[in-house]
Amino acid sequence: MSHINLSRRSLLKAGAAGLAAAALPVGWAQAQSPLTIGTVYVGPRDDFGWNQAHSVAMEILKKVPGVTVIEEENVAETDAVSQSMESMINLDGANLILATSFGYYSPFVVELAKKYPDVEFRHAAPLWTDADPANAGSYFCYLNQAHYVDGVAAGAASPSGKLGFVAAKPIPSVLSNINSFLLGARKTNPNATVQVIFTGEWSMPVREAEATNALVDAGCDVITCHVDGPKVVVETAEGRGVKTCGHNASQAPLAPNGFITGAEYKWATIYSMYADLLAKGEPLPNFVAGGYHNDMIQNTPYGAGATPEAIAAADAAIADLVAKKPIYVGPLKDNAGNVVIEGEMDNYDPVLDGMSYLLEGVVGSIT
Amino acid sequence: MTVASPSVPIHRATSVRTLKLAEAIFVPVVALIASALIFSLFLLVIGQSPLDFFALIWTGGFGSSFSLQQSLQRAAPLILTGLAFAIPARIGLTIIGAEGALVLGGLSAAAMAIPLVSGGAPVPITWIFMALAAMAASGFWIGLAGWLRHYRGVNETISSLLLSYIAIAIMNFFVEGALRDPASANKPSTMPIGDAYRIGAIPGTDVHWGFAAGILAAIALWVLMSRTTFGFAARMTGGNVRAAQAQGLPVGFLMVTCCVIAGACAGLAGFFEVAAIHGQANASLVAGYGFTGILVAFLARHNPLMVIPIAILFGALAAAGGLVQRRMGMPDATVLVLQGIIFVVLLASDTLYGRIKFFQADLRGDRT
Repeated sequence: MSHINLSRRSLLKAGAAGLAAAALPVGWAQAQSPLTIGTVYVGPRDDFGWNQAHSVAMEILKKVPGVTVIEEENVAETDAVSQSMESMINLDGANLILATSFGYYSPFVVELAKKYPDVEFRHAAPLWTDADPANAGSYFCYLNQAHYVDGVAAGAASPSGKLGFVAAKPIPSVLSNINSFLLGARKTNPNATVQVIFTGEWSMPVREAEATNALVDAGCDVITCHVDGPKVVVETAEGRGVKTCGHNASQAPLAPNGFITGAEYKWATIYSMYADLLAKGEPLPNFVAGGYHNDMIQNTPYGAGATPEAIAAADAAIADLVAKKPIYVGPLKDNAGNVVIEGEMDNYDPVLDGMSYLLEGVVGSIT
Repeated sequence: MTVASPSVPIHRATSVRTLKLAEAIFVPVVALIASALIFSLFLLVIGQSPLDFFALIWTGGFGSSFSLQQSLQRAAPLILTGLAFAIPARIGLTIIGAEGALVLGGLSAAAMAIPLVSGGAPVPITWIFMALAAMAASGFWIGLAGWLRHYRGVNETISSLLLSYIAIAIMNFFVEGALRDPASANKPSTMPIGDAYRIGAIPGTDVHWGFAAGILAAIALWVLMSRTTFGFAARMTGGNVRAAQAQGLPVGFLMVTCCVIAGACAGLAGFFEVAAIHGQANASLVAGYGFTGILVAFLARHNPLMVIPIAILFGALAAAGGLVQRRMGMPDATVLVLQGIIFVVLLASDTLYGRIKFFQADLRGDRT
C-alpha cells in the first residue's frame, strides 16, 4: 500500500501536533499513544471466506510500524462481542475497534461507543446513521460489482450457459449478488440462466454441499455462492468436475482445475486509510462505502477454468466498473414478470440496497 | 446419599457429613489441578508457556473487577441452561434440548413484548409477561419431551435434541416472516423492545439481572430437589423408576414437571437474552448456551447449587479465552481443548468418590 506512511517519527509528530492543537475533536489525543487495533471476527480467520478476507487485510496492517493488531475469532453475535471489545479496550488499550460481523452493530457496538467515547469503533456493514455516536461508523463494499465480473467470466466460460448459485438467505445483499451475477453472465451469453438454491443459514456446510450437488445434477456447469465460508461449495463443485467462481476471499487453491475468478473484498484499502488517519491525528470518516471505482473490491486472479474470452471480457467489465458504468440498466423484469427497474441505476444507488426480487433469468424463488 | 445409618451416633453423623463435604470439594479440586497439568503438557508440546497461559486466564477471568464482572455476565445464561439439564437429570432423564428452549423462550418474550410495548404498558408488567411467556413456551416445549418419554416411550434425549432444531426453525420462520421488523433488512429480527424496556445491569456492576435470577433459581431448585417431598420423590424415581412406581409415586407427573421446570429455566435465560442483551429476537439467540449448559450440569453433578460456581468457571474461561487469543496468538480452540480436558478428567474423577480412605475411615468401625 503505497499511501501508508506511518513511521514512529510521523506518530511522534502527530502526537506533538495533537498537544499543540488542543482544539482537536475529542478523542484525537489518542494519536499520541501507539495505535492498537482490536479486530473481532465471528468465525475462524482461515475460513476461506468473510473472516479470512478481513484477516488478510489485518496481516498487511500488522507490518505497519507503530500499529499493534490484536485479534479475536469465533466471537458470537451476543454480549460476548461487547465483552471482547470491552476487554480489548480495558486490558489491551485498543483505541480502534473493528467489528467485522453484521450482528455486532446493534446494540453492541452502539452501546460501547457511548460508554467509551475516546475509542473509535468501525463496523463492516452499512448501518451507521447520524443518530448513532460520532465515534462509531460503518465501512462497506459493494461486492455485487465483483459478482458481476464473475458473471461476465462465467457466461463466457460456461459451455451450457446454465450457472448455479448457492445462497444463504434471501436478504438484499445476497439478492444483489445473484442478480449482478446474472446480468454479468448475460453480457457474454444472452441466454445464460442462474439457478439459485437458498440454504437458509449463513453456515450450513452439509446443506451447501447438497445444494451444490443438486445444481450440478440439474446441469449447471459453473457454480458460485454467497455463504459465509465458500470452501465446501467450491471443493464440492471441483470434485464434480465443474467450474467455480469464488466469494469473499480467494478460494483459488481449493479448485486448481475449475476456478475461474472470484468476488473478493479488499478491506486493506479501508484499514490502511484508518491507520493512516489515526497516525496523523485526523478524524476517521463515519461512513465509507465503495466498490471498484475506489479500489475496495477485487476479483481473484484468474484460474485454470477461465478461458481467454472470459478473461478478456472480465477485464473489460472491470474497466467499466472502475469508470462507474452501471450494472443495472432498465427495463429489467423480476422472474415473475414484473418490471422492477425502469431506467439506469447508479451502482451505489440506495434503492438497490433494498432489493427484494430475483431478476428474469434467475431460476428460483425467495419464498 | 449414604448419610448416617441408624447405628451411627449423632455426633458421628455430623462428622460424616463434614467428611462428605470435604470429599465433594477435594475431588473436583484435584481434578482441576490434574486438568491444568495435562493441559500444561499440551501447551509445552505446542511451544507455549503454561505459566503465561494460566496467568492470562487469571487476568482475563478474575484478575480485576472488570474481568470478574465479565465472567459473571457470561455465567448468567449458563446457570439457567445448566439447571435445565440438571433438574431432569435428577429424575433420570437426559434432556439436551435447552438450546432450542432458550431460543423459543427468547422468541416468545419478544413476541409478547410487541403488543405491550406498542401499547405503552408499564415496564415491570411488560417484563413479567415477557418472562412468563418465555417460561411457558419453553416449559411446554421440554415438557413435550418428558411427556413423549413417559406416555409414548420416546427416548427423551433424541426427542429433546430434535425439538431443539424445530424450535430454532420456528424462531427463524417467525423472525423472517410474521414477526419481522421491516427495518431489519439484512438481519431479520423482531421489533426492538426499545431502551426503556431493556433490563439493565445490577447497580454498581455491568452484570445484568439474569445473573441474579440464575442464582435465585438455583437456590430455589436446590430447595425443591433436596428439601421437599417432590424433590425426594423425583430423586427416588431417578434412582429406580420401577421402585417408585411400586411405591405409587406419580412418575409421569414427576417427569413431566421436572421437564417443564427445565424448559422454564432455559426460557428464562432466553427472556434475559432478549430483554437484557439483544432487545429483540433473531438468529443471534442461537449461541450455544444450551449445549454448554450440559457440560456445566455434568460437572456440577446435577446439584443445582454447584451449577453456580461451575457456570462462573466456564464464564471465566470464555472471558479469558479472548485474552489468550489476543496475547498469545493462539486459536480460539485452545480454551475448548482446556474445557474438554477438564470435562473428561472431572468425569473420570467420579470414580474417586468413596475410594479415598481418608474420607471413609470413620464409618467403617460403626457399620456392622
